[in-house]
Amino acid sequence: MSRDEMRACQSRRLIDMVERVYHNVPFYRNKMQALGLHPEDIRSVDDLKRLPFTTKQDLRDSYPFGLFAVPQSEIVRVHASSGTTGKPTVVGYTRRDLATWSEVVARCLTSAGAHKHDVMHIAYGYGLFTGGLGLHYGSEKIGATVIPVSGGNTKRQLQIMRDFGSTILACTPSYALYLAEAMEEDEAKRDEYKLRVGIFGAEPWTENMRREIEERWKIKAMDIFGLSEVIGPGVSCECEAQSGLHVQEDHFIPEIIDPVTLEVMPEGAEGELVFTTITKEGLPLLRYRTRDLTTLNYAPCKCGRTLVRMQKCTGRSDDMLIIRGVNLFPSQIESVLLEMDETHPHYLLYVDRINNLDTLQLHVEVDAQFFQDRISELQKLTKKIQHNIESTIGLSVDVKLVEPKTIERSEGKARRVIDRRKY
Amino acid sequence: MTVKQISIFLENKSGRLAEVLGILGEENIKINALTIADTSEYGILRLIVSDFQRAVEILKEKEFSVNITEVVAVSTPNQAGSFAKVLKTLSDETISIEYMYAFKSKTNAVIILRPDSVDLALHVLGKHKFKLLSPDDITNN
Repeated sequence: MSRDEMRACQSRRLIDMVERVYHNVPFYRNKMQALGLHPEDIRSVDDLKRLPFTTKQDLRDSYPFGLFAVPQSEIVRVHASSGTTGKPTVVGYTRRDLATWSEVVARCLTSAGAHKHDVMHIAYGYGLFTGGLGLHYGSEKIGATVIPVSGGNTKRQLQIMRDFGSTILACTPSYALYLAEAMEEDEAKRDEYKLRVGIFGAEPWTENMRREIEERWKIKAMDIFGLSEVIGPGVSCECEAQSGLHVQEDHFIPEIIDPVTLEVMPEGAEGELVFTTITKEGLPLLRYRTRDLTTLNYAPCKCGRTLVRMQKCTGRSDDMLIIRGVNLFPSQIESVLLEMDETHPHYLLYVDRINNLDTLQLHVEVDAQFFQDRISELQKLTKKIQHNIESTIGLSVDVKLVEPKTIERSEGKARRVIDRRKY
Repeated sequence: MTVKQISIFLENKSGRLAEVLGILGEENIKINALTIADTSEYGILRLIVSDFQRAVEILKEKEFSVNITEVVAVSTPNQAGSFAKVLKTLSDETISIEYMYAFKSKTNAVIILRPDSVDLALHVLGKHKFKLLSPDDITNN
C-alpha cells in the first residue's frame, strides 16, 4: 500500500471515529467543544493535530467504564493495566475489537516470521494483563499450535518447550534470559529445544540484550510493542529486517510530539509517541499520550512493507518504571507510605536486575516517634510496609529500614529511584 | 524504682557506633551500661548514661531515632547463682523478660531487665527483697 493510499484509508477511518466519539463519549464531546471543534472540522489525517489529547489520568478519572463509546452490553471483554494505585486503567473490547486485535497480532507474528506450522509457547501472564490473551488469539488466527503456558514455573516451562517442541517463545525479554540461564544448567538437554524465534515485549530492552538472547537461545529475537489502552500487544512489531517496528497504522495512527510544548515534531525527530485508534469501538482514544520516547521512519522497509516504523522506545517522558513487565509509578509507593502513620514518605527505591529478574529494594526511614526499642516491633513494621506495598503494586519488594534524615532531601524533584539495571 | 534507658536505631554502617559514642563523650556524658541488639541490617543500641536528659537532647538534635524505655536494675551479690535467683523469682510469677544485660563491679553485679510488665516485676522483686537500683545508684556503682 502506498503512503497516499494509507493516508486516504486513515482519513476515512479518522473522520468516522471522530464522529462516533463526539456523539457517544461525553468526555470527548466536552473536550472538542472547549476547543471549538466540530466533527465536520476533521476532514483528513492532516487535521489530527487539532484534536485533544488523552492521558492515562483521563482514563483513571473515568474509572472504570467512563470512556467507553458503546453500551456495556456490546462489551465482550475487559482487561486492566497492571500495577496502578487502587484504580487500574480499564479497557473494554467489543466483538469486533477482539477481531481487530487478533488481526493486528496475527500480522505482527507473521512479520516476525511465525506461521501455521509453529508451536507458540506463550509465557506472558494470562488474565487482566493483555499480554497472554493478546498473543493467544493472534497466534490462533495464523493457525499456529498455541501453548498457553502463562508465566512462572521455569522448570515446567522448559520441559514443555522440549516435550511439545515449542518453536516460538513469547514473553518478556528479561524472562527469556532467565529461561536461557535455567536451560543452560542442563547441557545434555540443549539439543532437545526446537526454538527458532522469540517474540519479546512488555518492557524496554536494548540491542545488547537482543544479541545475548539470540546467542544463548540460538534464535531470532523480535521486538513486539503494544499497550492495553491502545489495544494491547500488536500495535507494532519488527519484521525480519529488525530495523524498527512496523506500526499497524491502518488501525492506530502514530504521531511524535514534543512532551513539553505538545507540538507535533518534524519527521524523524525524537519525541513522545501518541496514538489515535481509528477502528476501535469499545474504547476509542484520540491522541493517547503513551509517554514512550521514540522516532518514526516513513521510508519503505527492506522487507517490502510500507507501514511506518517506530524505533525501539528509548525512555519515558514520565517516571514510570517497568518491573518484570508490570508498570510501576514511584508515586504508588509514596501513597502507601503516606497512608501509614509509622513511616515518612521519604524513601529510595533501588531497582536491580539479578539473574535477569528485576528486584526492588525499598529504603524507608524509621520515624523517630514510632521507633520502638524492640527488634520484634521493627520487624513487624518492616513486614507491614512490605505487605502494604506488595498488595498495592503487585510486585514483591524487599524493605530496609534506615535512619531518619539519611535519605537525601532536595528542593526540587526528589530522587526516589535508583535504577541499576543494565539492559 | 526504674532506670531510664536510651535506645537508638542504628544502621549497620561502619563508624556509626563510634559516632554516637563520640557525641556523648564530647558532652562529657558517661556510659554506665551498653548493649546492642543486632540484625543483619540494623541494630538497636541501648545505653544507660550519667546525664540522661542531656543525652536524649543532644541525640535528637543530631537526628537520631531515640526511644526512652523504663528498665529495672537489680543489684545482686557477686556470687554464683545470684542471677538465676532473680530470674527464677520472675518466672515463678510468669513475668517474661524481653531482654536483659548485666555488668559487674568489685563488690556486686547489676542486671538490667526489660520485663513485659515493669510494675509487676518491681512489685515481685520488692516483695522478695531484691535490691533495686536508682539511676544515681548506677552512676555511683
